[in-house]
Amino acid sequence: MKRFTDLLSELDSETSVNAKTASLVRYFGEAGDADALWAIALFSGRRPKRTVSASLLRAWAAEASELPLWLFEECYHVVGDLAETIAAVLPSPLQQEEISLETAMDLLREMAGRSEEERKEKILGIWQNIPSDQRFTFNKLLTGGFRMGVSEKLIVKALARHTGLEENLISHRLMGNWDPYTSRLADLLFSENENDHISRPYPFYLAYALEETEQEPGPLHEWQIEYKWDGIRGQIIRRQGHTFIWTRGEELVNDKYPELMQMAENLPDGTVLDGEIVAFRDGRVLPFQQLQKRIGRKNVSKKMLGDIPVAYIAYDQLEHQHTDIREMSLEQRRQRLEGTVRDIAPLSAHILLSEITEVNRWEDLKVLRENCREIQAEGLMLKWKAGSYKTGRKRGEWWKWKLDPMQADAVMIYAQSGHGRRANLYTDLTFAVWDGDRLVPFAKAYSGLTDAELKTVDAFIKQNTIEKFGPVRSVKAEMVFEIAFEGISYSPRHKSGIAVRFPRIVRIRYDKKASEANTLEDLRKLIS
Amino acid sequence: MRSLLEVNDIGLYCPQADVYIDPWRRAERALITHAHSDHARQGHGLYMAHKHSEGILKHRLGNIRLENVEYGQKIYMNGVEISFHPAGHILGSAQVRLEYKGEVVVVSGDYKITPDGVSAPFEPVKCHTFITESTFGLPIYDWKPDRTEFDALQRWWKHNAEEGICSVVFGYSLGKAQRILRNLDLTQGPVYAHGAIIEIHKAMAHTGIEFPECLPVDKSIPKENFRKALVIAPPAADTENWLRQFVPFKTAVCSGWMALRGTRRRQNAHKGFAISDHADWKGLLYAIESSEAGNILITHGYSDTLARYLREKGMQAEVLNTLYTGDAANENTEADETVH
Repeated sequence: MKRFTDLLSELDSETSVNAKTASLVRYFGEAGDADALWAIALFSGRRPKRTVSASLLRAWAAEASELPLWLFEECYHVVGDLAETIAAVLPSPLQQEEISLETAMDLLREMAGRSEEERKEKILGIWQNIPSDQRFTFNKLLTGGFRMGVSEKLIVKALARHTGLEENLISHRLMGNWDPYTSRLADLLFSENENDHISRPYPFYLAYALEETEQEPGPLHEWQIEYKWDGIRGQIIRRQGHTFIWTRGEELVNDKYPELMQMAENLPDGTVLDGEIVAFRDGRVLPFQQLQKRIGRKNVSKKMLGDIPVAYIAYDQLEHQHTDIREMSLEQRRQRLEGTVRDIAPLSAHILLSEITEVNRWEDLKVLRENCREIQAEGLMLKWKAGSYKTGRKRGEWWKWKLDPMQADAVMIYAQSGHGRRANLYTDLTFAVWDGDRLVPFAKAYSGLTDAELKTVDAFIKQNTIEKFGPVRSVKAEMVFEIAFEGISYSPRHKSGIAVRFPRIVRIRYDKKASEANTLEDLRKLIS
Repeated sequence: MRSLLEVNDIGLYCPQADVYIDPWRRAERALITHAHSDHARQGHGLYMAHKHSEGILKHRLGNIRLENVEYGQKIYMNGVEISFHPAGHILGSAQVRLEYKGEVVVVSGDYKITPDGVSAPFEPVKCHTFITESTFGLPIYDWKPDRTEFDALQRWWKHNAEEGICSVVFGYSLGKAQRILRNLDLTQGPVYAHGAIIEIHKAMAHTGIEFPECLPVDKSIPKENFRKALVIAPPAADTENWLRQFVPFKTAVCSGWMALRGTRRRQNAHKGFAISDHADWKGLLYAIESSEAGNILITHGYSDTLARYLREKGMQAEVLNTLYTGDAANENTEADETVH
């Protein structure tokens, strides 16, 4: 794990993409295939299930370092990362054994069948016997969550340089549900036999926000205009009599949407569609919050299927009659898609074709965008008709034009310190609006502020704490923030009776007093 | 009997001797543990400090009335015996010992246990009441040997120099900068220092302690001269504007706070070296234990935590609220302002 530990530390200290790529390339070259495969798996979120719970690890670490548990917890709170906290408090190791990444991962797998005593002995043994800087790495493997500022894109880039293969090819071959315990790097990257990989999705093509560009994209007749629906991006694959439904987060969600599985049985073999999974009833798309109730469930009950049915709004076709058609123009792909959907629509109510809207003038497009909220669309999509289906986020041919977010001025009333980069800094803030003369919390947000602003807010919190409840502080109701959010709906689960989606901080309103913040009544009026 | 020391609006006060220790408001007479600005403030009538603090105090505070004291020298004020003892924090730093009718109180000021090669090393002083700082009072703060961190710093500089990249290292100008100069192999390349550090060195000349010569950073210096250079600067210099002259460069921060990954990343520096002028957790426990004090009062830092821990160990320990900031103001926040 020495090599891997060094890699992590290099990735940690480098901010430039080039330097990070170089570190990865070097690692792939030196580490050997087994460890390289594990690095890829870990960075792309393919970590094995935890075999030891966090609470056990805390207890063992406190015991091994002869600290009372409360003190360990306090340390954890300041560090903000369990793996790092454990590594920091453990006494110096007795030996400096070297174990490979692969060995460490095997060890973790073996843990699953062991008794608690056996697991404890094993882990304490490792803590005692590996160099102290590698303990952090080992603990990261135990606790999971390798957020190291390494994107899938970066991995692909480094692998391309390491292997000489094309980035697109690598990106495709790394997708899907391969298991690092059973796969081999060579098979994964160099296997030409696509039959082994019938479940493998294509990398998604992601749009840029139109607001981020200065120029208008060009004459409107060259663009396909569709609504942007508020659901989950999904790819439906039908190959060799099997169906696979992948989300953009590379999650296989076959179990969650039985009605889509049924629908897909009617798709011709060798078909891959790209579209949006939405909650859909009585000819209308339902708010995302409805869909969310299904996302959270492991097993979908009959009742849920009846209450919140889903539909698939198809907007692109990537594979047609067993052929990858991503290089075709959007117009050509659309033709194929229309044919595909036309053929199966009579057989299932759960597939819809994404509607194309003809608009000739930008002014009309603006009006169209304004109407989106009423039909539960998030905004509009503009796709260049002549463009191919690309990999990842590429500028220029696919634009999303979202509705302006809703906004409210709210008062900060609670704060909690953040994790990782924000450890020991009060960054997770709770905001409230007025309900009569009471402030009721309605949103939590932690993004949107610059580092300098975070510091100001942190200082305010520390100087204006009313009470501490564990990691949370209640704060004098004084600072007003402008909060933006994407959606709002009634929610009996929340104290305020409402729930907002994607709340984030726009800015600090130094010009406003707490008494000038919005009211709950103002927010209720936003619910359509 | 009233206690030998108490805290009032002005600071830590000994009523019997009518003297304050590191007061945060104007006082007639002030015993100064060391010359950092949260301990040695403006406007007191008379300052008493270890003789090695003289230059810095005058440099920072102007024309003050100052009496120099030697370590171990006994001063009497209305029956109270007062003496200064090495605290190992920075040059001239001291613990202040007060004794009256057999009762002994020691105020630690800021301190560290391991010798740094610059300041007089920490000496434990036995007492009944020990007033200690707790800046790094959590078990996660466990300093590696100086050698390990300085070697890493040396390698980082060497690696950068080989690629023609200037190495800019931030550390507090009084204390940290001198340790860096003492502990690195400076033959590796040219060493430049920010003006604030050069000033500090001038102010310390009277102590007879010499520091390796470093070149002052100056806008007229051609960029090529920095390609293999190490530049030492206080955290406050970490601004885009000042750094521009070194492009291409990489930055590192030397501070105890760098022990944590989160803090390291928040600084936006390429590297962090956990080198501190404060005691780590084990150091604090060592100082407390070797003071043999029955009563421990804990000031600035993780005071609640340390007090609870000691109480659970069966010791008498309490938090004493003061306005000292330890490292928090000097290093952590100032260096935080960086936007690259």
